[in-house]
Amino acid sequence: MAFMGDFMSPAPFWHNGPSPGAFYNFPANPSSFGSVNHSVQEFKAHSAAPITTTTTVIGVKFDKGCVIAADTLGSYGSLARFRDCSRVLKVNDLILLGSGGDYADYQYLKDIIEQKIIDEQCVGDGLQLKPRSLYCWLTRVLYNKRSKMDPLWNNYIVAGIQDGEPFLGAVDKLGTAYEDAAIATGLGAYMATPLIRDAIDNGPLNEESAKALVRKCMEVLYYRDARAFARYQLGVVTASKVVVEEPTEIKHDWSLAHMVHMK
Amino acid sequence: MSSIGTGYDLSASQFSPDGRVFQVEYAAKAVENSGTVIGLRGKDGVVFAVEKLVTSKLYEPGANKRIFHVDEHVGMAVAGLISDARQIVETARSEASNYRSQYGIPVPLKYLNERVSMYMHAYTLYSAVRPYGCSVVMGTWTDYEGPQMYMLDPSGVSFSYFGCAVGKAKQAAKTEIEKLKLSDMTVKELVKEAARIIYIVHDELKDKQFELELSWVSKGTNGRHQMVPREVASEAENLAKQALADVEDSDDGDM
Repeated sequence: MAFMGDFMSPAPFWHNGPSPGAFYNFPANPSSFGSVNHSVQEFKAHSAAPITTTTTVIGVKFDKGCVIAADTLGSYGSLARFRDCSRVLKVNDLILLGSGGDYADYQYLKDIIEQKIIDEQCVGDGLQLKPRSLYCWLTRVLYNKRSKMDPLWNNYIVAGIQDGEPFLGAVDKLGTAYEDAAIATGLGAYMATPLIRDAIDNGPLNEESAKALVRKCMEVLYYRDARAFARYQLGVVTASKVVVEEPTEIKHDWSLAHMVHMK
Repeated sequence: MSSIGTGYDLSASQFSPDGRVFQVEYAAKAVENSGTVIGLRGKDGVVFAVEKLVTSKLYEPGANKRIFHVDEHVGMAVAGLISDARQIVETARSEASNYRSQYGIPVPLKYLNERVSMYMHAYTLYSAVRPYGCSVVMGTWTDYEGPQMYMLDPSGVSFSYFGCAVGKAKQAAKTEIEKLKLSDMTVKELVKEAARIIYIVHDELKDKQFELELSWVSKGTNGRHQMVPREVASEAENLAKQALADVEDSDDGDM
């Protein structure tokens, strides 16, 4: 079969032609198409900024568990673009995850987390990922991405039950992380955290009072945050179960609005 | 064996003059020596039962499992060389995971079966590798397609089944399975039948110890593959022991 030549390292199909998918690039002709003619300064990275964004997530610890709440709006800048962006996720029987920021980045990480959980179930030893482990893992992933100058543009709130005790922690897009009994990300950090901290200082919360508090915060944020939305989802994690409720709607009343004059 | 000494059984990449690939047939022999595995497809799900032969008393109970989770909704019971089978399980898991990441939905069993079959078949084509010495049974239940079950052979051939058996006592087990009205039965009933069949076909004289492994995936488990809960499994196992004792009593009576 000498006519085939050496089939382990075949000669190229043709010489001096374009590679598949490329334009002809004539030698010594700088006007022809090709990336060689662009300087580095001409490139702009579009991937390192959020596109479809979501706003505040709230997390509150109560005596026997945690509540998380987030609205369902996905915004294009100031445009209210998508109205059904669920972002409270049941991870397993111990963990709830809430996310704010770029929705695509959240969806990306959500798929990875869900596959992690399936891999764990496949082991079949009955053990489950615990919230502090997911929280720590998120810090690694997010810190790693920001160190590549390509952060996942999200704030995450991890809520769950760690060895029988409620756990609540937050991780931001840089991998910075902290635990607290009251966490609100985005604009909520300025307007909801003071409300939650006040409530916590006025005595221990139970499930009902924590849920009522979070609902109140969502209402306040809806009136004051221009990127917030009336539909929101609430998730509750206790030792007995993890529930993500169906979206509920804030009953809003703007009749006082004409009296507000901001100068 | 007529194949030995002819030289045609040394590689999987060569046919014998009468058109057989002996290495693949030897792989099938490896499966026949293993504990019996049965899969039953009822009206609302699939049940797997495995006679896991325990070759040493020094093993911990539950060691060397033969039923695996491939994905949330797919279970796999294996017969043959356990280390070969584990590699098939790993392949199936990565296929299921890839499908999920590409299409965002659980992998259809039909497609998964096709991929895993192609993988096993590829190992019957080259002289540098040997075929897998295991057969696997995969099952699932989905809302839109109901129960599904496939059995894959070392040759890479696979079929969809209502009931299947593989391993040492596959003939006896098949005879028992054929007596059942599979498509009318629920998984709750089938678990008992599966346990009974495994106990009946087990050969006490040749293999002393065995563990019964039971799993199911059904409407009742929300399409998730799970090991049968302990209470249900032990009830089925007790009934199976009872049935076996009854059979032995009636045998004694005849003599």
